[in-house]
Amino acid sequence: MSFWLIQSLNSLALGGVLFTLAAGFSLIFGLMRIANLSHGAYFMLGAYVGLSVVEAGYSFFLAMLASIITIGLLGVIVERVILRRLAGNSLSQVLATLGIAFVIADCSLWFWGGDPRPVSAPSFLAGGVEMLGLTFPIYRIAVVVCSMVVALGLWALLEKTKLGVMIRASVDDRQMAQGIGVPATRLFSIVFCLGAALAGLGGIVAAPILSVYPGLDADMLPLALVVVILGGLGSLAGAFIGSFLIGFIYSFGQVLFPDLAYIILFLPMLIILAVRPRGLFGKITA
Amino acid sequence: MNRLFSALILLLLIALPAISGGSYYTNLASQILIAAIFAMSLNLLVGYAGLTSLGHAGYLGLAAYISSWLMVKWGWSHTSSAALAIVSTTAIAGIFGLIALRATGISFLMITLAFGQILWGLAYRWASVTGGDNGISGLTRPSPFGIDLGEANNFYYFTLMVFILVWVVIAIFIHSPFGATIRGTKDQPRRMSALGFNVWFIRWITFTACGFFGSIGGILYVYYHQFISPHSLSLANSAEMLLMVIAGGAGTLAGPVIGAALVLLLKNVASQYIDHWVTLLGLVFILIVMFIPGGIVAGLERIKNSLSSSK
Amino acid sequence: MMSPILEVNNLTKSFGGLRVTKGVNLTVNLGERHLLIGPNGAGKTTLFNLIAGDLLSDSGSITLAGKNVTKLPTAKRAQLDLARTYQILTLFGKDNLLANVKLALLGKLALRWKCWGSFNSQAALDEKALSVLKLVGLDSKAYLPLEQTSYGEKRRLEIAMALAQNPQILLLDEPLAGLSTEERETITDLLKKIDRKITILMIEHDMEVALAFADRITLLHYGEVITSGTRQEVVGDPRTKEIYLGQ
Repeated sequence: MSFWLIQSLNSLALGGVLFTLAAGFSLIFGLMRIANLSHGAYFMLGAYVGLSVVEAGYSFFLAMLASIITIGLLGVIVERVILRRLAGNSLSQVLATLGIAFVIADCSLWFWGGDPRPVSAPSFLAGGVEMLGLTFPIYRIAVVVCSMVVALGLWALLEKTKLGVMIRASVDDRQMAQGIGVPATRLFSIVFCLGAALAGLGGIVAAPILSVYPGLDADMLPLALVVVILGGLGSLAGAFIGSFLIGFIYSFGQVLFPDLAYIILFLPMLIILAVRPRGLFGKITA
Repeated sequence: MNRLFSALILLLLIALPAISGGSYYTNLASQILIAAIFAMSLNLLVGYAGLTSLGHAGYLGLAAYISSWLMVKWGWSHTSSAALAIVSTTAIAGIFGLIALRATGISFLMITLAFGQILWGLAYRWASVTGGDNGISGLTRPSPFGIDLGEANNFYYFTLMVFILVWVVIAIFIHSPFGATIRGTKDQPRRMSALGFNVWFIRWITFTACGFFGSIGGILYVYYHQFISPHSLSLANSAEMLLMVIAGGAGTLAGPVIGAALVLLLKNVASQYIDHWVTLLGLVFILIVMFIPGGIVAGLERIKNSLSSSK
Repeated sequence: MMSPILEVNNLTKSFGGLRVTKGVNLTVNLGERHLLIGPNGAGKTTLFNLIAGDLLSDSGSITLAGKNVTKLPTAKRAQLDLARTYQILTLFGKDNLLANVKLALLGKLALRWKCWGSFNSQAALDEKALSVLKLVGLDSKAYLPLEQTSYGEKRRLEIAMALAQNPQILLLDEPLAGLSTEERETITDLLKKIDRKITILMIEHDMEVALAFADRITLLHYGEVITSGTRQEVVGDPRTKEIYLGQ
């Protein structure tokens, strides 16, 4: 029984992290039709930036802020300087993001070296809490809470703000939205910035659990893809449900079938892609 | 003009071990030729059929692991293990194709990425068969007609022969009527259907052919390194192969070869002077995608055209 | 003389909640020049897409030369000697005119499976392609890259591609769209010269040209057939006047 409870918390925490990662990817794809292959790199870079802030003696919250801001800024620069120039050519944009992933990964190696770097959780979230006769790591609970806050924030943004309405309209029908005056180019910058920032946030929040290491980007990108395909491209609800589904499958799978856990992740994705390319909730057939 | 140029290149390739200045460079040339085979096979799909794949390293892995396992665990000979590895990899490619080709565009990209990752995951976790992270080592190179391929020059000529054979076969394939239909499906798939072509089937054959030639590369790869590990089928490796095709020039015969040379020269030569050649590669790639989407081949043609028009 | 080459029976198609084709009945006889008219949004191109196979209908049937093709994909219908042109040009932009026609010819030849031998030196194919280009008056430009041809020439090429398929029935989707008066004349002459063994079903907005060309006309409006018959019958029908004058 205790096994199930502890693993469930781990699943929820992983799901939360995946949501932060996948939500950004899904938004970017939904609005701009770009499969951002550097998304894993943003996640990793966010973790590294946060790591440096923490190691410099500042608080974890400052680290989170630093990650959000730097990666968001990086996103704006990438969108303006590179992706905008390739507008209309989806394949070129995807390839450009591939190149960017290479550059970010190598520069991270340059700056932070090749050893895995652990990140300690903020002291007030360290340790465990006693519940039902078990000790649950507080940090993981915090991660779940944080992801819920992010989910709520995104939901509020999309449903309750003018910006959100414009984003949703453009995802649903880009030409129509442009026809009624939605400023596409500005929207693209905002969404790309937001997506990147979310990935960066995910990175630093996950760091006390996953630590940071070269190759984290290549580890996270396929997970983001699996979630987004499963849940449906362009759907935040899909990303939400998909993240936690995958969180559970992976966490339990790792423990119960370690040899096959990684593969188990991809099979649902493959089946969905082959049978129902829209995903569970998707609005776009990629 | 083109023929003369090709003849010169061929002569250069044949003379290479004599002029290379040591086995290090000869071995590098062998590696370039092997990478070029991967790039040429991927180019069939990416450049000619217009289907971008991020799972190509999977074929390297399949062929390499299958042949290695047959040799190490069952004591098979080089020839029979290579033959079975190539046949089974091609068959698996055919099966993958049935699933992957239900999608196009980004979905297709993601399915191929998923396949690549599944194979990587198998290589990494199915330790009892694949040796896990340690991979399979202690492999030997074949000795066709008693010639020891352990010697750098010998291995180079062996690889060169295979490379030339693959090049010629792919060139014939692309220039054939069927090759024209492949290119047609990239340009105007809807029109091709309206003309009576079975677009799906044309793509499926190309997909399978891509796996076939990729498996040949895989065999050469494992002979060269005499070792195979999960790293060789990583996403990073598949991405590198795609990079070679695009940077060199997708949809051309020379492009993938040039791209392979670019990446390997950066990796092995530039890396001695520039620590962060990957950043350089990434930046060069981004610049190519942005400004010369036809790759280096297109860039060279532009230079050639501007030179001849300024006469 | 009255043998139908194409029979569309009670064809229906909806997108989401919107019915775009409502129980359409259409019969085209062998050798006929049948015109499909109707205001914008009437569903003419949709009907073409349904007949050609680009879209699959929700209900109803389509019979081509006696064969039920309702569920067949586009390529199979093309193999049954149906050819079409598109409203928006769908030519092979990177090739020359000859290569475009050769590809069109290849669609029904076993040659298309040959994996060796240069596509560029198939003498018999080249000859056949040149003769098709001659039909549309473009043989002198056979080796020109497509980008060096005018819009009117591209429209003619589009028709040549369809003729290359040696079809029994040819669907022409606005073949005169966007052309100058001179070019219209050239193409209209071309269409008039097409052998009567090829049946033509055409969508066209240029009433003057189309009416002179058509044997029978079908008027479509909001996805429904309003009236169908000879030129006189349709032109004289009060509903026709209502639909066009009420614009």
